[in-house]
Amino acid sequence: MKIISIITCAAIYTLTFFSNHQEDLNKSIARGKELYKESCITCHLANGEGVKGTFPPLAKADFLSKYPEKSIHAVKFGMKGAIKVNGVDYNNAMPPSGFADDEIADVMNYIRNSFGNKNTQLVTDKMVAAVKKK
Amino acid sequence: MKTEIIIIHMKLQFFKQPVKLLLMLAVLASSGLLMSHCNITPTHTDTSEKNLKSETVVTGLNMPWAMAFLPDGSVLVTERGGKLRIVKGGALDPQEVTGIPKVYYRGQGGLLDVVLHPNYKENGWIYISYSSPKKEGEAGDDNGANTALMRAKLDGHQLTNIEHLYKASPNVRGGVHFGGKILFDKKGYVFLSLGERGQKENSQNLAKAQGKMVRLHEDGKIPTDNPFVKTKDALPEIWSYGHRNPQGLVMHPTTGTIWAHEHGPQGGDELNIVEKGKNYGWPLITYGIDYDNSIISDKTEAPGLEQPVIYWKPSIAPCGMTFVNSPKFKDWNGDLLVGSLKFQNLEHLVIKDNKVVKKEIIFDKIGRVRDVKQGPDGNIYVVVESSGSIVKISPKS
Repeated sequence: MKIISIITCAAIYTLTFFSNHQEDLNKSIARGKELYKESCITCHLANGEGVKGTFPPLAKADFLSKYPEKSIHAVKFGMKGAIKVNGVDYNNAMPPSGFADDEIADVMNYIRNSFGNKNTQLVTDKMVAAVKKK
Repeated sequence: MKTEIIIIHMKLQFFKQPVKLLLMLAVLASSGLLMSHCNITPTHTDTSEKNLKSETVVTGLNMPWAMAFLPDGSVLVTERGGKLRIVKGGALDPQEVTGIPKVYYRGQGGLLDVVLHPNYKENGWIYISYSSPKKEGEAGDDNGANTALMRAKLDGHQLTNIEHLYKASPNVRGGVHFGGKILFDKKGYVFLSLGERGQKENSQNLAKAQGKMVRLHEDGKIPTDNPFVKTKDALPEIWSYGHRNPQGLVMHPTTGTIWAHEHGPQGGDELNIVEKGKNYGWPLITYGIDYDNSIISDKTEAPGLEQPVIYWKPSIAPCGMTFVNSPKFKDWNGDLLVGSLKFQNLEHLVIKDNKVVKKEIIFDKIGRVRDVKQGPDGNIYVVVESSGSIVKISPKS
C-alpha cells in the first residue's frame, strides 16, 4: 500500500513537472516566434532555410544542435567569420540582436523546436545570462 | 603625262567644291584634337577595381553606422549602440562624445545617421538620427520606438545646443525598418528617410509617418509647400510615400535630383528617384516576395505608382550610397556606389541619363557595408559594420 501511494505520488509529481515544463516551453516558443519574425527572419527566412552560401540555415542545422552555447552567444553578442553548417561554408557576420536574456531564451526555444528541429530541453534566461562575451 | 592631267583636274575639281574643303579642314582639325587627346592618354589610368586599392584606416568601432567628415580633418562616427565617436589623425578617440539621447538599441534600431549642415563651418550644426524610445504623451505602442532627428553643436567631447527637431509618429514595438538617412538639398531643406517599422500597410497611410520620406526646414519647421500640407488627415511633413526601409539617400551632384535605395522583401530592393508627392508603391506593388515565400502583391506595376530605376533580385540589402564626383575616379563621375549588407561588397552602378546602364561588384568581401561616402580628399570611404572599421578606397598610383 505504501509502495503504491509512493509510486502514485511520484507519477503525479513527474506528470505535473513535465506538463508544466511543456507548458513553459510552449509559451516560450510562442513568444520566440514573434521575436524571430521581428529580427531573424530577414536573413534566416521564415522556415529557417537561410540563403545557401550567404546566410546559414537554422533548419536541421548541425551547428545549432552541436553548439547550443555558441548559438546563444551569437544571438547575444553577434557572430562573424568562417563557419561550416551542414557541410556548407559560410563567412558572413551577424549583428547582436539587442534582445534581453529572457527574449534570447524564447527565440532559442523557438528555433530549437521549429523547422524540423526538436529539443525539449528548455533554454532559460539564467542559461543565457551565464553565456559571457568571448 | 596623262596622270598629271588627271591630278590637276582633280585639284581643280576639289577647290571648286567649298563643302568638300570644309569637310577636309574639319577632318584635319578633329584628327588634331584626337592626336592631342592621345598625347595625354598614357598618363591617365582607367578607373576600375584593379587600379584601385583599399586600406583599413580606422578600426576598433563597435557596430558603426555612419560617418561625417569635419572640416578639421577629423571624422564623426555613429555606433548603433548609442555612441558618437571621433576619429582624429587616423586614430579612434577612446573618449566618446556625450549628449546623445537614450536610443532604442534593438534589432536594426539605435543611433543611426550623422550629417553636417552644408554651412557647418559658419553655424556648427550637426544633424543626428536615431531610434527614439516612446516618451510619455507620444502616440503608439508602449515600449515602442520610432525614428527621430536632432541637431547639436560639438564642443570638445560634448554635444551642446541640443535641439530635438522631429520624431516620426507613432511609436511601434519591434526592431525593424527605421530608415534614418539624412540629406540636405541645396535649397535649405533637410530630408529624413523613414522605414515602415514592419507595418507595411502604413506606408500607404498618409496619417502615419511610416514608410515615408519627410522634408523639413533645417530648424525642424515644416515647409508650407510640402505636397500634403493641405490634404485632410495627412501629415504635412511627408514628401513622398510608399517606401519600405530606405537606407541610402543622396543628391545628384549636378542635377540636384534625389536618389534613394530601399530594402525590399526577398528580391525587391529598389533604387528610386524621389520626387515631391509621389507614391513608390510599397506594398501595393513590389518585385519581391515575403520571407515565407508568400505573395505580397501579384503586381509589379500599377498606374499612379512609381517604378524603380532598378530593383535587385536577389536582394543585396543595400545600405549607404554615394554619387562619385571626384577627379580621382574620373571614369566613374556621375555613377553610384551602393553598399551591400548581405553580400558584403560594393556595387558600382554606371548611370546614364537617369538610368543604370551597367552594374558591377567591386571589393567583394569587404564586410557588411553600412555607409559609403566620398571624402573631402576625393577618395571613397566605407563604414564596415562587421569589422568595426573604416576602409579607404583610392587610386593605386
